[in-house]
Amino acid sequence: MPNFVRIGFFLALRQIRRASKWTTILIIFVMTLTFLNLVVVSGILVGLIQGAIDANKVYYTSDIIISKLDKKDYIEQSPKVISTVRSFPEVAGISPRYIEGGRLEAGYKARVKDTDTNEAAASLTGIDPIAEDNVTNLSKFIIEGEYLKPGDYDQVLVGAYLLKQYFPVESPGFSTLADVKIGDKIRVTVGDLNREVTVKGIVKTKVDEISMRVFFNDWQLRQLIKRDDFNVDEISIRLKPGVDPVFVRDGLIRSGIGEYARVQTFEDAQPKFIKDMKTTFALLGNMISSIGLVVASITIFIVIFINAITRRKFIGIMKGIGISGKAIETSYIFQSTFYAIIGSAIGLAVLYGFLQPYITAHPINFPFSDGILVAPLDETLARILLLVVTTIIAGYIPARMIVRKNTLDSILGRN
Amino acid sequence: MSLIRVKSLIKTFTDGEKETRVLKGIDFKVEQGEFIAIMGRSGAGKSTFMYQISLLDEPTEGEIWLFDADTHNMSVDETTDFRLNELGYVFQDYALLPDLTAEENVALPLMMKGDSKRGALAEARVALMRVGLGHRTENLPSQLSGGEQQRVSIARALAHKPRILFADEPTANLDNESSRSIMELFKEVHRGGQTIIMVTHEEEYSKLADRIVKLDDGRIISDEKDK
Repeated sequence: MPNFVRIGFFLALRQIRRASKWTTILIIFVMTLTFLNLVVVSGILVGLIQGAIDANKVYYTSDIIISKLDKKDYIEQSPKVISTVRSFPEVAGISPRYIEGGRLEAGYKARVKDTDTNEAAASLTGIDPIAEDNVTNLSKFIIEGEYLKPGDYDQVLVGAYLLKQYFPVESPGFSTLADVKIGDKIRVTVGDLNREVTVKGIVKTKVDEISMRVFFNDWQLRQLIKRDDFNVDEISIRLKPGVDPVFVRDGLIRSGIGEYARVQTFEDAQPKFIKDMKTTFALLGNMISSIGLVVASITIFIVIFINAITRRKFIGIMKGIGISGKAIETSYIFQSTFYAIIGSAIGLAVLYGFLQPYITAHPINFPFSDGILVAPLDETLARILLLVVTTIIAGYIPARMIVRKNTLDSILGRN
Repeated sequence: MSLIRVKSLIKTFTDGEKETRVLKGIDFKVEQGEFIAIMGRSGAGKSTFMYQISLLDEPTEGEIWLFDADTHNMSVDETTDFRLNELGYVFQDYALLPDLTAEENVALPLMMKGDSKRGALAEARVALMRVGLGHRTENLPSQLSGGEQQRVSIARALAHKPRILFADEPTANLDNESSRSIMELFKEVHRGGQTIIMVTHEEEYSKLADRIVKLDDGRIISDEKDK
């Protein structure tokens, strides 16, 4: 080891050990906050979108979703497709869904004028309540009323975004039902057919697509839309824990399902705007982190500069008795590194020991997602390296500035 | 061979457009084993003179030869290295490093010279025992009296066996008893063959030196050897 490094380490260790405890704590606290700023801000921004992606998976697609091909009205040969899916040992559950566009109307019995309409367009979805709950836990998202039972006749679950009290938005071409409560009758119209049903429950999830649907028992919607061939519109598939969705997707395509339907993993099925937002938010997070890094480097620069300027006399004395400038500069580099590493270590402990588990257990409630904190260890370690390097540079520059001053001027305190 | 040869030494300080010539052409030699007291009234230039010949500052004009080496063309690193290997310093205000214990203060130049930490600390303890501080090795400077701090400073200056020991008003901040004891220490070190150049304004202590150089207005006005 070069002698100047040895001396630098010796001096740094003594200075840190005998420095004011409160000053040391304050510097380490600043470094910890800087580290957290560097990791948490971008982590939350990415986590916000990751939450939306996760929500799409949990509430809608599950691990794999099979949907109808373009220009087809439904998944042809659906019973055969379902049977093939069930034959895969990796599959833990499936939920076939019938989907048809329709209109809802409420308050029609009390309507006085023809112009006083209370209507909304909706996606009517026929499900097997037990199978759906097994795949997407839909019953957990009933915010009013009760979940469907397989034998429920003329009873529906209505998405919260179809009701004015939950989604008070007025925009051209979009309307919601006003004054609809649990137990109210609403009229559902599909083409020329209509049916009066009772609102049994209200569903609200973080995925708009689900919160804008009306759920029927599958057999009843099948009757309503006259789908006697049992062909469904989409099938969500939940896999057993630890199974790679890509592996099963490829297996399903190889089995011939691709002829009748589109097979996608939850990642394939993400809307493009979410993918774009994830990239944008990551970029935004990096920009904010960069500003944090600049602030941190300025903080360390100031701390080391003040430290070096108040010790200028002693730096002069050291040079006077023959201690090389390189050794003195190295001592400040070691000190900066110490602050950065200890600050980052505490930040790591706070991040993985508290923040990430806490936010995972109590996600941040954004309108379209349960925001989590995304902080992969490899990215975090890269940011620590960046922080340490920046801190070393920020510590070295002021030390060099002071060390380069005239030795005698430093000893005598002359400018 | 003279240890130090100085020729036509001039030092000018500049403050804006105002120039002050503090040393006005000094010629001077130091031989091995001398104990020189540099005296003069305040502002005579004695400390400035010592800073030039001890390589803590650079002269404006003139030549300084130390051990036959022309110091004019030395780089900053070479000068630092020269001070480490050949010179020792005792400052008026002790100039100890506050974060280091007495033994660490003394050991630091030894470590810089390449000694192991353990070896340097052992040597430092021996040096501290020589100045009567064998029992205070692990104290920080703030835990020592002024006299004790100056003894640590002397131990540090001597531990690496410099060829010349420079002392700038070493008793200025001490009471009479401590001052006398420090000067006794200098005398004892000198008896061992150490070359010493000491700046002082106190007649009493200058008499312990075997050569007294008096400066006034940037010039040597007398240079007397003790016969």
